[in-house]
Amino acid sequence: MKPKHQRLLLAVISVFALIGAGLIAAAALREEASYFYTPTTLANANVAPGKAIRLGGMVQKGSIVRAPDGVSITFTVQDKDKTQKVAYRGITPDLFVEGSGVVADGRLGPDGIFVADSLLAKHDENYVPKELADIDMTSAEHTKDTLSK
Amino acid sequence: MHRRVMHRFANPARFLRIAKPLTPWLLWLGIALTLGACLWGAFFTPTERLMGDTVKIIFVHVPAAWLGMGGWTGIAIASIIQLVWRHPLAGVSARAIAVPGATFAAICLITGSIWGRPTWGTWWVWDGRLTSMLVLFFLYLGYIALSNASSEKGDTSRVAAVFGIIGAVNIPIINRSVIWWESQHQKASITLGGSSIDQAYLVPLFVSVAGFSLLFGALVLMRMRTALAEMRIEARMRRMADY
Repeated sequence: MKPKHQRLLLAVISVFALIGAGLIAAAALREEASYFYTPTTLANANVAPGKAIRLGGMVQKGSIVRAPDGVSITFTVQDKDKTQKVAYRGITPDLFVEGSGVVADGRLGPDGIFVADSLLAKHDENYVPKELADIDMTSAEHTKDTLSK
Repeated sequence: MHRRVMHRFANPARFLRIAKPLTPWLLWLGIALTLGACLWGAFFTPTERLMGDTVKIIFVHVPAAWLGMGGWTGIAIASIIQLVWRHPLAGVSARAIAVPGATFAAICLITGSIWGRPTWGTWWVWDGRLTSMLVLFFLYLGYIALSNASSEKGDTSRVAAVFGIIGAVNIPIINRSVIWWESQHQKASITLGGSSIDQAYLVPLFVSVAGFSLLFGALVLMRMRTALAEMRIEARMRRMADY
């Protein structure tokens, strides 16, 4: 074997070993490296009430209820299979609308309601001009406008 | 077969003959396309249904992310060529990529942060995508320090080349981070299967990516030519010192 071929073999083996190690590490971190729980993963994770966690998902349509005090709201976060009720007190981000994504910092209360300390809006991968926005999103925006009045 | 292909450009003189006239073409075409795409994106694209005008930062953010990641991929390929075939220009090109690559990774992080504040409500979160991109930026800094520490001017040490290959592990992690792990960052909009970005944004975005890429190519060629010139000066000084 020529030295050049030896070096090539060594390079190929080490590249494959590195990629393999990276994939194994990524798979092992699957749970830990997730930035938030979805309602489904939260339901399966057995998280103790009071432990600080993040919850993410879509804000269920028609679920935002604002209390008369003007700063307290409750809403439901959903993913494909499950839902989770959330209570929050404070100013909501501009992009916090029904049918859009949200990430909430907080903890599960003993009653099973997630109490959020802070809300971040999560944008999805769709980029749509305002005038072309489909019916659903328009109605969501409309809902937001009527709710904030 | 590779030897002929690989070593056709091995001769720095031959490389310089091609690189010299190519540089201004890449540079001016790159500047024209980049400026055109940014003006198009800033003034002639519609506001987005949720993000409003904030969407327009995409015309800088996406090309910067692409070049930050593409740059390291280039470093890794050049490092393999350097270690396996001992190609004399491989180390020079890897080193020439490092500084522009780090710059675009930084631009990606900064523009993303500026976009995140109005969109998400925060400048920064430690999710998989943002963290792995920050790691890429730090890897660039490490690579630059390591390659500058080598004694040969312009050329890269083997340690730096090994570092370039190991660091490439991070590239698929950045790419897959939004799929493997739940993240604050949205999933990929443009995939092999298509795009979820409206045409009104997609076309100027492609022009912008093309423009920034040509600009990147021009920067790398300029840096390679500078490095080769420095190596020639150093060789001449050494010869003079010998007499």
